[in-house]
Amino acid sequence: MTTKLFGEPVQRREDRRLITGQGRYVDDLGGNALAAAFVRSPHAHARIRDIDVSAALDVDGLVAIYTWEDLPERVRDPLPLLIPHPALTHGRTAYPLAREIVRHVGEPVVMVVARDRYLAEDAAALIEVEYEFLKPVVGIEEAAQGAHLVHEDVPGNVGAHLVQEVPSPQGRSAGEAIDAAPHTLSFRLDFERSASMPLEGRGVYARWDADDRSLRVFSSTQTSTSVRMAIAAKLGLPLPSVEVIAPDVGGGFGVKIVHPWPEEVLVPWAAMLLGQEVKWTEDRREHFISSAHERGQVQHVRVGFDDEGHILGLEVTILHDHGAYTPYGIIVPIITSTQLLGPYRIGAYRVEFSSIYTNTVQVTPYRGAGRPQGVFCMERTMDRVAAHLGLDRAQVRAANFIQPDEFPFDQGLIFQDGRPLIYDSGDYPESLRMIKELIGWDGFAALKAEAAAEGRRLGIGLACYVEGTGVGPYEGGHVQVTSDGRVHVSTGLTSQGQGHETVFAQIAASELGVPLDSVSVVTGDTRRFGYAVGTFASRAAVMSGNAIALACRKVRDKALRIAGEALEADPRDLEIEDGVVRVAGNPGASIPLATVAVLSNPLRYAFDEETKRATQFTGVASMDRPPVDEGDEPGLEGRDYYSPVRSTFASGMHAAIVETDPDTAEIRILRYAVVHDCGNLINPMIVEGQIHGGVAQGVGGALYERMVYDGHGQLLNASFMDFLMPYATEVPFIETAHLETPSPLNPLGIKGAGEAGVIPVSAVIASAVEDAEGITIDRMPISPSELYELRDRPRS
Amino acid sequence: MTEALHEISLTVNGVVRQARVPGRRLLSDCLRHELGLTGTHVGCEHGVCGCCTVLLDGAPVRSCLTFAVTVDGHEITTVEGLAGPDGSLSPVQRAFSECHALQCGFCTPGFLCTATALLRDNPTPTDDEVVEGISGNLCRCTGYQNIVKAVHRAAELMGDEA
Repeated sequence: MTTKLFGEPVQRREDRRLITGQGRYVDDLGGNALAAAFVRSPHAHARIRDIDVSAALDVDGLVAIYTWEDLPERVRDPLPLLIPHPALTHGRTAYPLAREIVRHVGEPVVMVVARDRYLAEDAAALIEVEYEFLKPVVGIEEAAQGAHLVHEDVPGNVGAHLVQEVPSPQGRSAGEAIDAAPHTLSFRLDFERSASMPLEGRGVYARWDADDRSLRVFSSTQTSTSVRMAIAAKLGLPLPSVEVIAPDVGGGFGVKIVHPWPEEVLVPWAAMLLGQEVKWTEDRREHFISSAHERGQVQHVRVGFDDEGHILGLEVTILHDHGAYTPYGIIVPIITSTQLLGPYRIGAYRVEFSSIYTNTVQVTPYRGAGRPQGVFCMERTMDRVAAHLGLDRAQVRAANFIQPDEFPFDQGLIFQDGRPLIYDSGDYPESLRMIKELIGWDGFAALKAEAAAEGRRLGIGLACYVEGTGVGPYEGGHVQVTSDGRVHVSTGLTSQGQGHETVFAQIAASELGVPLDSVSVVTGDTRRFGYAVGTFASRAAVMSGNAIALACRKVRDKALRIAGEALEADPRDLEIEDGVVRVAGNPGASIPLATVAVLSNPLRYAFDEETKRATQFTGVASMDRPPVDEGDEPGLEGRDYYSPVRSTFASGMHAAIVETDPDTAEIRILRYAVVHDCGNLINPMIVEGQIHGGVAQGVGGALYERMVYDGHGQLLNASFMDFLMPYATEVPFIETAHLETPSPLNPLGIKGAGEAGVIPVSAVIASAVEDAEGITIDRMPISPSELYELRDRPRS
Repeated sequence: MTEALHEISLTVNGVVRQARVPGRRLLSDCLRHELGLTGTHVGCEHGVCGCCTVLLDGAPVRSCLTFAVTVDGHEITTVEGLAGPDGSLSPVQRAFSECHALQCGFCTPGFLCTATALLRDNPTPTDDEVVEGISGNLCRCTGYQNIVKAVHRAAELMGDEA
């Protein structure tokens, strides 16, 4: 790497357009498109008796109204179940428009297309849908009792049931290990629903070219390649005739990995049928009631441990509420149940989950994707063990750590990618040392006593996590150097603000030895790269970053070979710096990469002065070889893929000091510290930004955000006025420190960083509030009024 | 059921613009769809998130809570109007980029307008004043820390240039 850019806090290249109002989000496009709006179910569970559209027909500007009955074959079928799993014995997905039954408030029933959105909503408001009410199933434990069913053919509302067991090294089951342990505890934990809640909702804009019989779709998605395949299949179009582009996307955080949404099928279908551009932009209420939520679990824990706090056996039984449908399979509870173990070596482990249907919005991954619940469970357990034994909480954690010389460490479970849960690298004792130092763990007792003397209540909390990142199956990268010397990089996965244009350019510039400014990066555009999986699971930097690096290495090898011929030098003696190939130690012998690009493509026709060099009468070519050698290709470009044998495991530890108000029970975070290890850092500024944003979402999840459903399945707080996301006034200053334990699994030695910030926050805050109050905290989020009530509850 | 249209004239980013809009057309929709200024974003449609913040006669307002017909004859500044006529970025814009105060960029136009007005009224705000000043805008990506830093940095840049 001749140009040192990898590892530098390079300014983002995305920023210029975004700070000048020149970003291109879906709703910024298609100014003349027709607008779609949807009539959605106001009931959580009902049978559709009749749909009367007659009153809507007079609305000025109305173009079309569609119900399920109007949809053709394939389009009318249930949406795909994206991730099948043998344990998901009763997977169910929604129809794009409800057929007979609606199963949650917000389910789309009728699609309206009109000249603009105002008129489409006018028409939608005049459509009368007659419903016969069915009993709504709300609340995870009520649902699990199975007295009423969400789907008639799913007994007990159980979509999936999965058990994983890891016996102790002595061959004891978790139950046996717990029974034989000197100390045992059992308790229940609750974690409420929240949601990704990107500030830009979903959106789809479709252009059908009737002459060309091709379709171009812009979607605010985390996976344009997969949306493309789904649309082509649903609409019966040849794949090459469909292009899907994720333009600027205003945040995703998981919810936009779900696809195809009903609207992603219906909007392109309507555009084809009508022969006109159609666009749908989700409004905020629709996002609350029609997209997806996450978190939401009840956990029962039984743990056995010795006098030093070593966990000898752990049994966890999880009830997971997955809402009305399971398009994303059981990824969330699988992650909870496997990532729960964190940085610890547990004697014997048994985890069992039931994934349960309710008449609520479907549950699919939200940043952290099941890990915050798992970490909450494990870390609450550690705190309980410490409290029971009267030991320091950090000490109990340290007693259970996997040691640095134990990697790779096999946890004996199957992870979300269907592969063994084997940690690749890490240094947990060092992380703990760093976080204790950063927050001042050892000096806190004095600080707390000092505050107590003034009538103030302070508490400190700590939580550790391990995060499987960079899951497969693969990503690819394409790198092309054109005859102007510019480097064009593309990868199929999408961006929602992570700064991929910058970090991928850093990787390419470092690998190729070219100036950063000569590199441009395109993501999420199937016109440029058709093979990809998507952006989720903190995988973009690991997957596409490495794929782009590998593609660059191919290009570099080819450039050195061609330059070697031109300079009559051994390619092994060449280096590339600032876009120029040089003979090392002989500055006079050099050739610009732009010229190498020209020479790489033997021409018959010159198109400018520079390209004359590559034409056929220049006399530079060997007469003994064809212009393009066997096995070679014209052009200075390369494509490669990165497909890991398994995930790479980032880790970290967070600590916080909180103050609780003795009178009002207000909870204030005084300090928040993060130690983070995602292997080699590509751009520390961007990694820190990811951590800040994650922690802010974690603070929301710990203290403010919850989805409040009433017994009828109505979401009572489906607006930003009522669903409380943190403003600047609620998020503490975040102190960070980095540890870099490179991953041995990939060429760049990197691990994912996108989700890390959010994962342990609820566990940390619970730990700190418990320390401040001396009251057991067993459910999150916690509001001041809940803390106030807890103070009156008899101590357990 | 054809809606009556109203002729309005407003000065947007220093340019007089005309539009014919129904009485119910929101200023945010008018800017985005009638006038093609899509830099102003809509995140919640009910005045909570602040993405749609524009300057109305210099004061930050929620364009999603403002009917376009009510700003007839007034001056509007949107994010597209913050840079100089030659395209040179304003101190607030430069500071946001320099401090990594944006990620997905969707809320950014609202923050830029808010911070521009904040610093015009208070060129040397304290930390609390900055936090208070931006506390009407939601950001889901950055955790605000770098936004606060950027507002201070912008104050510094403006001080240097004054």
